[in-house]
Amino acid sequence: MKQTAKKFTQAYGPSGNEEQIRNIIAKEIKPYVDRVYTDNLGSLIAHKKGPGKKLLFAAHMDEIGVIVNHIDDKGFLRFSPVGGVYPIISLGQRVQFKDGLVGVVGVEFKDVPRGQVPPLSKMFIDIGAKNKKQAEKMISIGDMACFTHEFIELSPDRWVSKAMDDRISCVTLTEAAKKLKKSPNDVYFVFTVQEEVGLRGSKTSTYSVNPDLGIAVDVTGTGDTPKGYTMAVELGKGPALKMMDYSIVVTEGVKSFMKKAATKAKISVQPEILQFGGTDAGAMQVTRGGIPAGCISIPTRYIHSPGEMIDRNDLEKAVQWVVSIAQMDIGKHGFGNN
Amino acid sequence: MHLKQLSNLTGVAGYEHRIRQYIKEKLEAKVTKMETDPLGNLICYKKGKKSNLRVLLAAHMDEVGFVINKINKNGFLGFTPSGGIDPRVLPAKRVLVGNKEIPGVIHWAPPHLKENSDQSLPKFSSLIIDIGASSDKQAKQKVKLGDYAVFDTKFSHLSNNIIKGKAFDDRVGCSLLMDLLEDKTNYPFELAVVFSVQEEVGLRGAAVLGEKIDPKFSLIVEGTAAADFPGEPDQDISTSPRLGGGPVITLTDRSTIVDRRLIKALEETAKKNKIKYQFKQPNIGGTDAGRIHKSRTGIPSAILSVPARYIHSPVSLSYLSDYKDTYKLIKLSLGNMLKAIS
Repeated sequence: MKQTAKKFTQAYGPSGNEEQIRNIIAKEIKPYVDRVYTDNLGSLIAHKKGPGKKLLFAAHMDEIGVIVNHIDDKGFLRFSPVGGVYPIISLGQRVQFKDGLVGVVGVEFKDVPRGQVPPLSKMFIDIGAKNKKQAEKMISIGDMACFTHEFIELSPDRWVSKAMDDRISCVTLTEAAKKLKKSPNDVYFVFTVQEEVGLRGSKTSTYSVNPDLGIAVDVTGTGDTPKGYTMAVELGKGPALKMMDYSIVVTEGVKSFMKKAATKAKISVQPEILQFGGTDAGAMQVTRGGIPAGCISIPTRYIHSPGEMIDRNDLEKAVQWVVSIAQMDIGKHGFGNN
Repeated sequence: MHLKQLSNLTGVAGYEHRIRQYIKEKLEAKVTKMETDPLGNLICYKKGKKSNLRVLLAAHMDEVGFVINKINKNGFLGFTPSGGIDPRVLPAKRVLVGNKEIPGVIHWAPPHLKENSDQSLPKFSSLIIDIGASSDKQAKQKVKLGDYAVFDTKFSHLSNNIIKGKAFDDRVGCSLLMDLLEDKTNYPFELAVVFSVQEEVGLRGAAVLGEKIDPKFSLIVEGTAAADFPGEPDQDISTSPRLGGGPVITLTDRSTIVDRRLIKALEETAKKNKIKYQFKQPNIGGTDAGRIHKSRTGIPSAILSVPARYIHSPVSLSYLSDYKDTYKLIKLSLGNMLKAIS
C-alpha cells in the first residue's frame, strides 16, 4: 500500500490536467474490475459488476496548482492559482510542469515589506530561462504546474507528501477494489477530475453512472495541532464520517447506513464537521433528481501544502470501511427502491 | 451587425424581453426552428448536412443594472444592483427606469456642497435615483417597486474602428451569433444558437441548456474585460486582453477549465488563417460555459470573446476590427473544434 501511495501522490495532475495520474490509476485498478472507461470531462470510471443496486464511490484525482499567465522579457513566469492556493505556503516552493520541467517561486522583494505575506500577483516562477525567447521554448501560457515534495515515511504510522489531498483516497478505493472479491451491489469506483475548482467532475460522472447511493472519499482537516481549527477530528483516531461541510448536509439514512457498515467491520469512526470546503459528495447529492450521498473523510494535517500528513491506520481502516459498505446490499438498506 | 441596436436596447436579468423580441424578429426567417424555453432563453436551430451532430453556441442577452427597492417620501428611488457593479462608477450617471424607460440621474452632491455631505465612497445603500419627482406619490405614478433600471448610454463611434456603447458584455456576443445565423453557410452539423438569460446574476439561464440541447460541444461568445490600461512604465506583467489584439481565448476562469483540445483547435485555426488572437488572464469572471460543461456526462466547452474596456459600467469601448476577427475565427473554427473532440 505504501508503494501505491507513493506512486499516486507523486504523480502530476492539477485540475484539468489529470491524464498522467489517470493512466497510473487505470493501470493499477484494471485487473480488479470488469471495465475501465473515461467520461467526457476526464473522470475515470472503474466498474465492478454486481447483481444489485448501483453503488458509486468517488475520490478526486486532481490536485491544486498554478497556471502560467505571462512570460516577461527576462524569462520569469507570472501565474494564477488553480484551486485553493495559499500565498504564504507558495513562497519558495518548487513547482513542476507536465513534462517534468521544474521552477521555483520567487517574489518582488522591493514591493513586499519584510514580515508581510505577498499576494500571488507579486510572485513569479523562475524556470532557469535566461530570457523570454528561451522561456518560450520551455513553456507556453496556459501550462499548469503542481507543487512538488517527496513522499516520506516519518514514522511507521505517519506519512507525508504533496497531494495526499486526494490521492490517498484514490489509494483507498484502489486497495478496496483489490480486496473486494464479491459484492451484492453493482459497484463503480470513480476517480474524478476538477474537484479543487468546484466539484465539477463529480457532477458529470455521477450523471453518467446514475447511482442509487454515492459515497465520496476525501481528506479532511484535523483539530489536533497547536492552536489549530476547532475540530473534533484527530490524526490516527480512525477515518471520519462526514456530517456536514460547505457543500453537503449528509442525510440521516446515509449516515446510519455508513455507521452500520463501520460497526460491522469493527472500525471506530470519528464524527466530522468541516467548516470550510466541500467534497464531491456535495455535487452528487444535487445531480439528476437528487442522489443520496455521503462521505468518508481521511484526517489530514496541513491540507493544501506540500507537507500533507496522514496516519497509515486511518488509511487502512478507510479501506476496510469501503469494503464493508460494498459488501452490504444497499437495496436492503433503503436505497434505490423508489 | 446588430450591435448598435442591441446595445441601445435595455434588459437586465429577468427582463430580457426587448432583446429577445428584437432577435426573434430579425432571425425568424433565417433559422429552421426557434423556441423560447420556460426560463426565457431563446433557442434557434439551424439544420446542417448531418443532423445528428449538434453544436451549441451561446451569448447572454442580459446586462448589469439595478432593481428599484425603495420609493422615498421625497420622490427619490433606492436601488440594489443586478449583477456585478462597482458603486464608485455610479454617482451622477444617467439611467433609464422601468419598462417605460423613464430617464433619471443617480444623485450626487457637487463639490460646492461637499462640506455638508458624506465624503466617503458611495455605497448602494446610500445612493438614490432622481427621476424629477417631488413626492412618493408623484414617483409612484411612473415607477413601482421591482422595476429595473439600466445605464442610459447611446451607441456611437469614436472613430471608424472604435465603438462605444453600453452592455457590450454581452450584446457583442448576441450580435456575432446573429451574424452567424444570417450567414448562408451550410455546416455539416446542426447549429443550436442560444441567446441566454440571467447570466449576470449567476449563469442561471445556461443551467438548463446542456440537459435540453445535448450538444457535442459548446462555444460561448462573450464581451470580456480588456486590461490594457496605462500602468507603471517599467512593469512587465501581462496587460492582456488588449483592444486590437484580436479574439480572446479563455484558458480558465472562475467557472470553467476550458478543454485543451478546443483551445488547440481555436489556436490552430487562427494561425492557419492569420487571425490575431490573445489569451484572457486566468481565473477572472465566469461564463455560461460554467454551467454547460458540467451538464449531463460533461460537455466540452470553450469561450471566445471580443475585448471591451470598462465593462459593467455606463460605457464599453471596443474595436470593430476585433469584432470582425472574432466572427471570422468562430466561423472557421466550428468544424475544427468538432473534429478535435470527436
